Amino acid sequence: MSRVLAADTMPIRSEGDIVGVRQLVRQHGAAAELSLVEQTKLVTAASELARNTLLHGGGGKVEVESVEEDRRRTIRLSFIDSGPGIEDVELALTDGYTTAGGLGLGLGGTRRLAGEFEIDSVPGEGTTVTVRFHTRVRG
Amino acid sequence: MGEQQRHSGAEVASFLLEREAEIIDSWRRLPFFDSGDGDQAQVERDCGAVVRALAEAVRTGDEDDPAAAPFNSLRGLFMELAGRRTRFGDSASEVAVEAGRLKGPVVRLWKSAGGHRGVEQTALLVDALGTLRVAVMEIAVSTSAELIQQQQEQLLELSTPVISLWRGILAVPLIGTLDSARSQIAMESLLQAIVDQRAEVAILDITGVSMVDTMVAQHLLKTVMAARMMGAECIISGIRPQIAQTMVQLGIDLEEVTTRAGLADALAFALTKIGYQVTAPTGAIGR
Repeated sequence: MSRVLAADTMPIRSEGDIVGVRQLVRQHGAAAELSLVEQTKLVTAASELARNTLLHGGGGKVEVESVEEDRRRTIRLSFIDSGPGIEDVELALTDGYTTAGGLGLGLGGTRRLAGEFEIDSVPGEGTTVTVRFHTRVRG
Repeated sequence: MGEQQRHSGAEVASFLLEREAEIIDSWRRLPFFDSGDGDQAQVERDCGAVVRALAEAVRTGDEDDPAAAPFNSLRGLFMELAGRRTRFGDSASEVAVEAGRLKGPVVRLWKSAGGHRGVEQTALLVDALGTLRVAVMEIAVSTSAELIQQQQEQLLELSTPVISLWRGILAVPLIGTLDSARSQIAMESLLQAIVDQRAEVAILDITGVSMVDTMVAQHLLKTVMAARMMGAECIISGIRPQIAQTMVQLGIDLEEVTTRAGLADALAFALTKIGYQVTAPTGAIGR
């Protein structure tokens, strides 16, 4: 049995929207009673991925969904853009590899932060990155 | 403007001017005219100015143009009234709703005054009152935009003080979100202060920073490198446990940077660094 507790979609078109995404995700994390460490990881991952959507995908949107399933809660974030896509996903995940002049840790680091991590990218069509954060099983 | 319309305009204008006192009386208690100082004479003068501008607008056929001279003459008044409301947190649309409340009493007065009230005249009056509302809305929107701009600039200034903790020791307490603009300003004011005060140690305290992602980390590292080039040792303090864990998982390498958990530890380290000895007085309990 799974039950959707809350679902939101937000556009990502500017730096200001990244702040909005962090706030939205933080609300979901607090409502799901994630620990402070998990909340910080969740918000940090959201910030990284939102910036990727903006810088590499040319903007897009995020879907945020809180689901209750098997006595635990899961927060799913999907960052969706219709930008140029990623030619070599393994290379993009390599620490230190950057095309935007950053530290090159965003994507690989986010994979380490999230409980589950998927990239679905088609060159020329776009990229969807989905991460899931779980609470501990209760009771 | 046709002869017929000119005639209707003159009719509506003379209605407004003849009934000015009654209109003022129906408006004086509306929140729209509340200037906050309770000066009733001023409120009446403001109401009167609006009535006369409306009369002028219908007389000259400018009832559809919020930028025309009659409405433009109210700019100062509206900026004061709408500006005051937006500063108190009302949105532009709330201000416009209040401006919309000016319409009811005037139209009722027009209808109840008896005599022949043509459709065309009523339409003129309603148009003019609608345009008044648009003029108010425009001013409210521009004052809110100005206010936001101002607040952003104030926030930039506020958020990056450089504090002198000791001769040769500076601290920058960073708070909230570190975007590019803010970290740029923090870096500039820190580097300038290092020169001005010949500082040997600078402490970047991130206790108040809610999240450190790779972009924030990069800004911090750049600031540390720049301070080092100016000959100052840079310490990052106030790394909270959840931030530390997140940074480690992200893979951010701070090995080259001196870090301390709290500002107090950073200050103790900095004092030692410039040759002071930090010891408790004899007989003191704890440290």
